[in-house]
Amino acid sequence: MTGPQIPSMKSSMLGEDGFLQVQEVSKKFGNVTVVDKVSLSIRRQEFFALLGSSGCGKSTLLRIMAGLETPTSGRIILDGQDITDLPAHQRPVNMMFQSYALFPHMDVAANVGYGLRREGVARAQIRERVDEALALVQMGSYAASMPAQLSGGQQQRVALARSLVKRPKLLLLDEPMSALDKKIRQHTQFELGSILQKVGVTCLMVTHDQEEAMTMADRLAVMSEGVIVQMGTPESVYEAPNTRFSAEFIGSTNVFTGTLTAHAGDSLDCAELALPLQLPYALASARQGQPVTVSIRPERIRISQPPDAQATGRDAPTSNCARGVVEQIGYMGSYTLYYLRLPSGRVVMTHVPREVLAGFAQEPDYGDELALHWSVRSLVVLN
Amino acid sequence: MATPQNVPLPTPWWRHARMPSARAWAIGLPFAFLLVFFMLPFLMVLKISFAQSAMQVPPYTALLSYQDQQFSLQLSLESYITIVQDDIYFSAYASSLRVAFFTTVLCLLVGYPAALLMANASPGVRQLLLMGVVLPFWTSYLVRIYAWVGILKDQGLANQLLLWSGWSDEPLHLMQNTFGLYMGMVYSYLPYMILPLFGFLVKMDRSLPEAARDLGARPWEVFLTVTLPLSLPGISAGCLLVFIPSVGEYVIPELLGSPSDLMIGRVMWSDFFNSIAWPLAAAATCVMVALLLVPMAYFQRLQSRTGGIA
Repeated sequence: MTGPQIPSMKSSMLGEDGFLQVQEVSKKFGNVTVVDKVSLSIRRQEFFALLGSSGCGKSTLLRIMAGLETPTSGRIILDGQDITDLPAHQRPVNMMFQSYALFPHMDVAANVGYGLRREGVARAQIRERVDEALALVQMGSYAASMPAQLSGGQQQRVALARSLVKRPKLLLLDEPMSALDKKIRQHTQFELGSILQKVGVTCLMVTHDQEEAMTMADRLAVMSEGVIVQMGTPESVYEAPNTRFSAEFIGSTNVFTGTLTAHAGDSLDCAELALPLQLPYALASARQGQPVTVSIRPERIRISQPPDAQATGRDAPTSNCARGVVEQIGYMGSYTLYYLRLPSGRVVMTHVPREVLAGFAQEPDYGDELALHWSVRSLVVLN
Repeated sequence: MATPQNVPLPTPWWRHARMPSARAWAIGLPFAFLLVFFMLPFLMVLKISFAQSAMQVPPYTALLSYQDQQFSLQLSLESYITIVQDDIYFSAYASSLRVAFFTTVLCLLVGYPAALLMANASPGVRQLLLMGVVLPFWTSYLVRIYAWVGILKDQGLANQLLLWSGWSDEPLHLMQNTFGLYMGMVYSYLPYMILPLFGFLVKMDRSLPEAARDLGARPWEVFLTVTLPLSLPGISAGCLLVFIPSVGEYVIPELLGSPSDLMIGRVMWSDFFNSIAWPLAAAATCVMVALLLVPMAYFQRLQSRTGGIA
């Protein structure tokens, strides 16, 4: 993942850490803690995503950034300025609302120019900057249209222009794609991303859609019940989830729980698997019988024709494999989704690429028995 | 073998006649009700307005007569001419419209903040406040106005409170004057302003004022540029609901207003019951309806123009 960088920018300007600092921010509604001592540090020009299911506190956190909610405790520092007590209309922060919140009684140009008029910018300059902003989102020819006459995608672009026209230090994006059809989402994600890259604005996005967070963000934080569960680049969070929650929230996965065996602390007995699970490394401070949870991504599980019963000799593997019967098949285009039921009754999900299936004499079908195996390194130990 | 049972019977006629749909009933029934119970009495009043007063029962002449093999229709414009010529009618209409106008303005000034507060309150408090607005409807309107007499009269509750608290040394005249009139009018018609306004404000997208704040609008700018323009249909609906019935209001000016304030409702009352001049009272009514149709048509147009936005 590369950042939203403009090639001509001086590298010293990029990645200036602590551009936005969220320091132990909490928000309570009555005695319900919605945001619990969240701390974040975002670099200048970074695209940061807060990812979580509804009610996890991510939207409240975003509203606190905008000044639409006051935090119960904690500070927010933006570009060296403490903005915690600054009212919403004085913050150098603009937000693109989930519903876009375009003013229905104003045309597109009046909507985009609204913030500039409040600032008291001269009329000629307003027109110039509105035109510029509308050109940026390719809506120049719709300046005189009313919001109700626009499609969802067009409304989104007007909302984007309106939130960029004041050149905010921080742009807040609240579920930017949720009001769009799934079909045009992907294209819009790309378009939105390239516009924001061109502008070079620091972005904080809230979303419940992990795909959206992974495609658009430089870094993301997974939130649950008001706290940040994990933070990092999309790649690091996907490849090395630290908890069951973030493993299951980002992408899909197979989670196994077992107990440590007596050996070197690197082997797991799991009731659902006939053979032990070999861990990639010995766990520090491990005790025998300690429960450990691991995750294996579906694309890391390989399948093959099961060897004949007679052939299982000394070469047969002693860990990290299983046998299962095909129970569900889902054709996904570039890969095929197989649900395999193990003898223990546990169902394991695996993604099989087309080229692997091509190697089979006959594609595995419902009821076929297959061998499953995975490398030691594909196991991720969860907390 | 064709038996009589196999021969299809012709469909009876009553199966061809289709029952009106539920939708037709839902629209048609109230419409028919209004036609019968509103339009017909009004047409009767219209008819009386073209008759002449007479000492008989009912106290006016018939419009249609048959005499000497002649069927004649006599429309008398006498009542209308009286209304135009007699200054009392002009000043009564003017004062009615003036009172209705100021009542509407006062209701808007008091009702808008109240409706805004209700719309922004938490759901529990909102329910309570809404209840407070609707609760007076549970008591008879006449009883409530008499209660105001008890409050505002010289020895009434308000004066007792003023004397007791030392705000005033002698009882103030709080009724049978303009103050009492507007007190009663605003009190009675306020719910008709608050309810439509509240309905509009509560369903307004909450993120619109927030977006305005986010874009740098101070609280009063948010109100003037977003909340107020978007609630215009609610304002016009509320104003209409207050203005129209205020014009013909009879009870409140009679009980709480100054005896010298001649409103058209009072003039009609005295024409009907004191002077037994039914045609004159009927003509005064028809002129008032015509006067009210003008603002109504205007608001209707305003509604249909802004309706697309809201």
